[in-house]
Amino acid sequence: MNLFNTWLPYILAGIAVGGQYALIAIGYTMVYGILRLINFAHGDIFMWSGLIMVYLITVLPLWLSVIVVVVFAILLGTTIERVAYRPLRSAPRMSIMISAIGVSYLLQNFALYITGGLTKTYPAIRFLQKTVAIGSATTKMVTIITPFLTILLVFLLVMLIKHTKIGMAMRAVSRDFETSSLMGIDINRVITVTFVIGCALAAIGSVLYFSNYTGINPMSGAMPGLKAFVAAVFGGIGSVPGAVLGAFVIGIAENIIKGTGWTTFSDAFTFVLLIIILMIKPTGLFGEKDIDKV
Amino acid sequence: MLAIRDLHVHYGGIHALRGINIDVPDGKIISLIGANGAGKSTTLKAIMGLVSKSEGHVYWDNTDISAMKTKDIVGGGITLCPEGRKIFPDLTVEENLAAGAYLRKDKEAVAADRKKAYELFPRLSERTWQLGATLSGGEQQMLAVARSLMSGPKLLMLDEPSLGLAPLVIKDIFAVIRKIREEGVNVLLIEQNAKAALEISDYAYVLESGVITMAGSGKALLNDPRVQKAYLGE
Repeated sequence: MNLFNTWLPYILAGIAVGGQYALIAIGYTMVYGILRLINFAHGDIFMWSGLIMVYLITVLPLWLSVIVVVVFAILLGTTIERVAYRPLRSAPRMSIMISAIGVSYLLQNFALYITGGLTKTYPAIRFLQKTVAIGSATTKMVTIITPFLTILLVFLLVMLIKHTKIGMAMRAVSRDFETSSLMGIDINRVITVTFVIGCALAAIGSVLYFSNYTGINPMSGAMPGLKAFVAAVFGGIGSVPGAVLGAFVIGIAENIIKGTGWTTFSDAFTFVLLIIILMIKPTGLFGEKDIDKV
Repeated sequence: MLAIRDLHVHYGGIHALRGINIDVPDGKIISLIGANGAGKSTTLKAIMGLVSKSEGHVYWDNTDISAMKTKDIVGGGITLCPEGRKIFPDLTVEENLAAGAYLRKDKEAVAADRKKAYELFPRLSERTWQLGATLSGGEQQMLAVARSLMSGPKLLMLDEPSLGLAPLVIKDIFAVIRKIREEGVNVLLIEQNAKAALEISDYAYVLESGVITMAGSGKALLNDPRVQKAYLGE
């Protein structure tokens, strides 16, 4: 029981961080599923969502700020797709990847310009910071809310993909652009919807994630973005449930390592995990081998 | 009817189609035969707006559809059943059919067409909840044709429907193509299996290196010594 009490806070924190990674990871995995593109700018869209929140909260009430942040992230993501990815759709895959890296740097540098490189104080959202007691452990409200909210959102997303017309179109497009357009499916619309979903979830994730921290700077999206990406690879990039599972595994493992006193190595763990996965099962947990089309 | 006029396509530096003219009148099966790389698939893709045309026009019931988007062409009643079947492997049979009817809003008519598709291919009706990937080659081809019909087309274009199939299945597929024509759908057929294609065609074109070199009724071409030598292996 004592052991359990000692570890409980770390596990709780791990589940919460895992949920936050999951919300980012879905954007990576869905965009990859459709475009076969690793959207390197995704972590920076996440960072910008946090940054915008800092400015919005000074003029708007909390609930409205959250909505505006989500809308902002959606507009940013879809604009990036339209301007930086769509014109390169038929170009070699390397070109669009380089474009994604360029957008990532652009977003970081623009944030650097706006903030002057200073760490901005992330607003304290009182509701999320409230202390809650679970058994002998105390934790913040955000830690409790995150996993439930994440699972609810993932459930809704899976329902959308499995049981709606646009969901079916997404599954069709993720397999075959040309045949999908022969069905009359508007490929561009499906891609836009994918970015809308990914960015909205990343924006919600940013509110939860940055509530754990006091400050935010232009590089704040890089590490969580990278970890979410690893989570997506771990779960099998292209698979939504895989990415979510991967995110929880990484979040929990990272915090358990912190609990053992090896905090310095908690980040390294994520990347060691990536290397091991790539060696043992390059397609990830739920990744599909590419079915060769006859 | 469909009318192709002086169509040119450049494909990755190659002049793939060099000014072809094809007519697909109502209620007929028209086929386009030719060797690999002659430009048959390119012709169909150009009609659907999947490859860009460098010159020429495509008219559908006297409307110029040359510059239209693929989805509007599909909405206008033309459908292409692509080479290699290209069914969606991780969609069920039912969902594949639903994908074919993607643009349609008339739910009842779609349901009726689905029933008809299952009547046309009874084997599919036993597999409604199976994933596309788990079907045999013949079943996949049936599903591909059924999926194309789900858009409620007035012109069905088939790209190599017999490719890689057993002779018995090929017979089934061709029987269905006849049935489709009887229901008033125009058919434009591409085949390497020239004999089977010419036998059911009202009219046929021979395409060689992007140029139409011969045209005539199916029967006439079957009896033409040049066709026999080049495509019928006689």
